[in-house]
Amino acid sequence: MYFLKRLVGLPLLILIISALAFLLVRLAPGGPFDRERRPASPEIERALLARYHLDEPLWKQYARFLGGLLKGDFGASLKYRNHTVSDIILQGLPVSLTLGGLAFGLAMGLGIPAGFYGALRRGSWRDHGVSVATLLAVCVPGFVVGPILVMLFAVKWEVFPPALWESPRHVVLPTVSLGLYFAGKVARLFREGMAQTLECDFIRAARAKGLSETAVLLRHGLRLGILPVVSYSGPMLADLLTGSFVIENLFQIPGIGVFLVNSSLSRDYPMVVGLVLLYAILLLVLNLLVDFAYSLLDPRIRYD
Amino acid sequence: MRVVSLGGDKRAWDRFRANRAAVVSAWFMALLALLTFFGPFAWPYEPNDISDLQFAAPSLSHWLGTDVHGRDMLARVLYGTRISLMVGAVGAGVSLVIGALWGAVAGYVGGRIDGIMMRVVDILYSLPSIIFVIVLITALNGLVERWQAMGLSAESAKTIQLIGLFGGLGLVSWLTMARIVRGQVLSLRNQPFVEASRALGAGHLHILRRHILPNVAGVIIVYLALTVPSVVLYESFLSYLGLGIQPPQASLGSLIAEGASQINPIRTYWWLIVFPACTLAGTLLALNFVGDGLRDALSPRSGQNKG
Repeated sequence: MYFLKRLVGLPLLILIISALAFLLVRLAPGGPFDRERRPASPEIERALLARYHLDEPLWKQYARFLGGLLKGDFGASLKYRNHTVSDIILQGLPVSLTLGGLAFGLAMGLGIPAGFYGALRRGSWRDHGVSVATLLAVCVPGFVVGPILVMLFAVKWEVFPPALWESPRHVVLPTVSLGLYFAGKVARLFREGMAQTLECDFIRAARAKGLSETAVLLRHGLRLGILPVVSYSGPMLADLLTGSFVIENLFQIPGIGVFLVNSSLSRDYPMVVGLVLLYAILLLVLNLLVDFAYSLLDPRIRYD
Repeated sequence: MRVVSLGGDKRAWDRFRANRAAVVSAWFMALLALLTFFGPFAWPYEPNDISDLQFAAPSLSHWLGTDVHGRDMLARVLYGTRISLMVGAVGAGVSLVIGALWGAVAGYVGGRIDGIMMRVVDILYSLPSIIFVIVLITALNGLVERWQAMGLSAESAKTIQLIGLFGGLGLVSWLTMARIVRGQVLSLRNQPFVEASRALGAGHLHILRRHILPNVAGVIIVYLALTVPSVVLYESFLSYLGLGIQPPQASLGSLIAEGASQINPIRTYWWLIVFPACTLAGTLLALNFVGDGLRDALSPRSGQNKG
């Protein structure tokens, strides 16, 4: 019932977010046609504005946009003429999805074992060692990891190509640069959640019952200890799947991550609104799934 | 996330002092702050002085080498660290004021107003913050340009832009603070001692000041300490994009970006990227250790059972 209610509320939220994004990008001074190659004459500029309906009052533009949205049409890009926003997104999305999915896999594949190891040996020097390593991963942003990896693995040792997106070998460096931060984050969250769970009374009860240590850890501990990671994976996936500006820019990957920043800077209004909506919808749906997973994992949580 | 009683202050302080990583990090941060503010007086080079000595490797006269314009890297790293630290402190401060007020009002007033205020937070959460920052910064730049045409000096224009960047970073990082404070206030509001105070005829202001604020202070301090590194990181990301600190001014992020742009297969100028990157990583690491130490010290539950 609770989830049904939230699912029904979703379109309203998306409507509000679309209106906000629509207004917000127009608040910035300057227009989409400021950086034309030649300074356009007033007539040309007026014609351009009229062609994209930018001379109409705002509410009318928004109504037009909503009408298009109902048909699944985000409008035409103002910067890349002759391309619709949907075209551009659909072209780059598979690349961003692949890179983001791989980075997500790396984050989980490295983060979960590291966090588990730390939680099992909490307080020992091994735990501290893992903690420092994972904290370091969180503290060194992708725009530092990326260039350093390129400098070592592409320029110096020539193991991996420095840029582009062609063969599986091209995938390695961007995935590591993008995923390392999230791996550290996942490891820290999982260690924290697991360490707290293992000190709960029901774990002691499970041990007293005579369950094997593996069963205690995996069947009882893991179920609650993973919760912080589960709730973080919603925003994390939304971030990763919509592409990263830094990584796509650094490795010249044709995803959609570069468009969010570039289109806001060039006032490509329909493009920005389309990308914001994509991100928002992804985030809202993922968060709904996360809460659903929560209610399955933690028997103490009841949504009414 | 336990309520911290006032009497626990001394014990919390003892717990913090027993945490070696946190204490060392606190000293490191204090030293770094002193170094960035007073170091430039002792160092012979200015961060923006251009010379003919381009891309000099680290040596005795230029400890961290020089960059593409022959500027001394140590002077630039010191200057950039100062800007980054200021950004972190001011940005976190702004986020504290907005977030704590928003959360406290929502949690204390409750009911429909709480619902609306928290929906606003939810909606802002689902908008990418980079959009806000770009709109804020470009709007401010437009204003400053207009003021400059009206006779504002270039010097004060730069200061205004810097303040705008500080404020803008605070404006996009208050959401989590609001949620945390609201949750705490909400649970405190219905505690017996608050109800007793209300029954005795205490006003809202009195209750907020005497009962609510002291009890959420611990949580606020902890989260504030963890916001500082995230603001520093966000600023370096913005400067990397070219939206943050404008050249020739520098922050750690813009220095890293400059270093990254000089990577080529013929010669590696590793010092351009390694030194600012290490400074940034070290600063963030220390700030996080201090934040973790404060959290363990101020929330007794998580501190008790650990080895």
